[in-house]
Amino acid sequence: MAAITYIQAISDGLREEMQRDDSVFCLGQDIGVYGGAFGVTKDLITQFGEERVWDTPLSETAIIGNAIGAALYGMRPVAEMQFADFVACGFNQIVSNAAKIHYRWGPKVPMVVRLPWGGGVSGGPFHSGCMEAWFFNVPGLKLVCPSTPTDAKGLIKAAIRDDNPVLYFEHKHLYRLPKVKEEVPEGDYVTPIGTARIAREGKHATIITYGIMVHYSVEAAETLAKEGVEVEVIDLRSLRPFDKEAVLASVRKTSRAMLVTEATITGSITGEFAALISDAAFEHLDAPIKRVGALDTPIPYAPPLEQAMLPDVKKIETALRELLAY
Amino acid sequence: MHAIVIPATRGKQSVTPSATGTVWIKKFLDSRLRGNDKKRVSDNMPKTAAPKSLKGKTSLKKEQQLELYRWMVLNRAFDDKISLLYRRGLVIGAAFSSLGQEATSCASTYALNKDDIIGPMIRNSGSMLVKGMAPRDFLANYMFRVNSPTGGRDGNTHMGDLRLGMIAPVSMLGCTIALCSGFVLAARMRGEKRVALTWIGEGSTSTGEFHEDVNFAAVMKAPMVVIIENNQYAYSTPTSKQCLAERFADKAIGYGIKNAPTIDGNDALEVYETTKKAVDAARRGDGTQIIEAITFRRKGHAEHDPAKYVPKELVEYWEKNDPITRFENYLLDAGYANESWIEKLKAQCRQEVEDAEVWVNAQPQPDPATVAQGVYADQPHPAHENDDFLYKQKFH
Ligand SMILES: Cc1ncc(C[n+]2csc(CCOP(=O)(O)OP(=O)(O)O)c2C)c(N)n1
Ligand SMILES: [Mg+2]
Repeated sequence: MAAITYIQAISDGLREEMQRDDSVFCLGQDIGVYGGAFGVTKDLITQFGEERVWDTPLSETAIIGNAIGAALYGMRPVAEMQFADFVACGFNQIVSNAAKIHYRWGPKVPMVVRLPWGGGVSGGPFHSGCMEAWFFNVPGLKLVCPSTPTDAKGLIKAAIRDDNPVLYFEHKHLYRLPKVKEEVPEGDYVTPIGTARIAREGKHATIITYGIMVHYSVEAAETLAKEGVEVEVIDLRSLRPFDKEAVLASVRKTSRAMLVTEATITGSITGEFAALISDAAFEHLDAPIKRVGALDTPIPYAPPLEQAMLPDVKKIETALRELLAY
Repeated sequence: MHAIVIPATRGKQSVTPSATGTVWIKKFLDSRLRGNDKKRVSDNMPKTAAPKSLKGKTSLKKEQQLELYRWMVLNRAFDDKISLLYRRGLVIGAAFSSLGQEATSCASTYALNKDDIIGPMIRNSGSMLVKGMAPRDFLANYMFRVNSPTGGRDGNTHMGDLRLGMIAPVSMLGCTIALCSGFVLAARMRGEKRVALTWIGEGSTSTGEFHEDVNFAAVMKAPMVVIIENNQYAYSTPTSKQCLAERFADKAIGYGIKNAPTIDGNDALEVYETTKKAVDAARRGDGTQIIEAITFRRKGHAEHDPAKYVPKELVEYWEKNDPITRFENYLLDAGYANESWIEKLKAQCRQEVEDAEVWVNAQPQPDPATVAQGVYADQPHPAHENDDFLYKQKFH
């Protein structure tokens, strides 16, 4: 089997699920005839028709609201936000309706919202955001964020088959990045939601991260490996629910923990993991927990500004050295 | 449906449509000034006397008219009970009354088929009753009992039941419209001809949600009817501070929705006929329909609100324009009912609500140990533990 890109993996997963189950359908802006702003849904309309690939008006809240309605009927809608940032315009339906329906009055809401997310592409303040923390605080939602083609496919399938509203964060900088291309498992498989993956094994420190930061963290770890330090990198893959055991097992093994996020650091999800580790593995720690994230600013457009704002391999490496030197 | 005993017919055998209703609504609209005139209070004061009866042009048979009338009486008995329980501290949080608005809920819902769905709002308790929610289940929800649609997890009218085709409202106004259209669009994918009926307060038409959802539904030709319930206040805000359009139904033009009528919302038969026509059109494939129903909120926003901001004379006017009294007068005139039948029916409905209360009082409140159960669908909702419909089958 040939190696495929991250974006191809998402498309393949979507197509296979639509073939497998005729209650799966897609809706969003420009996703049909045009194939989606990034091309994730390319050609789906030719294969499945406009009945199952809805080109919708420019209306995030209506897209999400209609997806909820269809899910109540028993369909499995997959709604696309053209950019994750625009979910701000559909926020209400996700947090007030989708997340609370099962808890309030019982029905399942099996739906997926796809969110092309993340920076590093000079998208500027409105096309680069990391908004997972907005939803991390909302009971009733599931949040997944694959970093590899294998998991991109495995998680889109798992998200579609899940009976809850799932936010699927797909990193748009990874879409066509040649170095993340890989062969994915043959046949039908899912990546179970709520399971982390060890992206790199190590014994001297643990990095807990997700999204594109997995790749940056592994790169930083490889640099240190040349000096004989072995850093373990945990790819969370799911943020809600997250894999507590995998995180704690690694920290207990290495005794040093660092959280890396692409999001602005204050109020990011990293604080939750720091709290977990200090609660459940405090006596194993040899150093204070370290956190790396973006600066507390909106995401600027100009490459020098954006680079100054976002975490990168170098910043992760520097923080790692501090953690190891403590 | 409840068995209804038809009274012996007396007096006139057939009903001649009177023009009262039509003339009244026309004059009412004419008398409304446009714009944010400071004297808006008297602007809303209709210049013609309140109609006493109904227009009376209907396709409903006598039995159906009486049945519809019964739903409205039950609706009022139910709402009266909620007010009373609120004042006694037995209903807590928010309690909403649809006093004076029973026709817009009951008569519109009466135009639906069993498979059609509703997306009610806080003032549509009547629609839930007509769609099949038992008064005791409804009351149990208000009184936070285990045996209720939400099992104490949400209050007041915030409950739904998919088996009955009823989507639970949320507080965020406007949000239900998209759920309704999504539901019937999904049904359409399965070749079903289900129609959704939902309501929105005139104030809530100012939300972006209303605009986005109606526009989306119109473009998708969703088989849905949206009734703008113009009860002239949104909490304390009068219509002139809400929107400058002459009619709220004028918003339909912007969505390409044709012929959105403004009707007398206190004429049950007119509400029925207009909704029926819209529902039929939606079912035929003519797409989303809008109706504006003029009515009046005769109580405060909720039970806590004495509504001092509403001029007394306006309330008095609308007390005279009561949808139930008007229906009664019509039925009496037509010889479809007599006073004693009406009294007996009212007593029956009150009793039904009393019985519901007795049942509810015997139901336990939720167990705190269940508080975290069913945040996700991996666990059942504690009030629906063994519900195969929700957890094993698909809706369709
Ligand atoms: C989005 C939103 N904003 C504010 C409120 C608070 N609120 C609840 S009902 C209401 C008034 C609604 O008026 P209208 O839409 O005319 O309906 P009515 O109460 O008259 O039936 C307000 C302001 C809310 N529930 N949702
Ligand atoms: Mg109102």
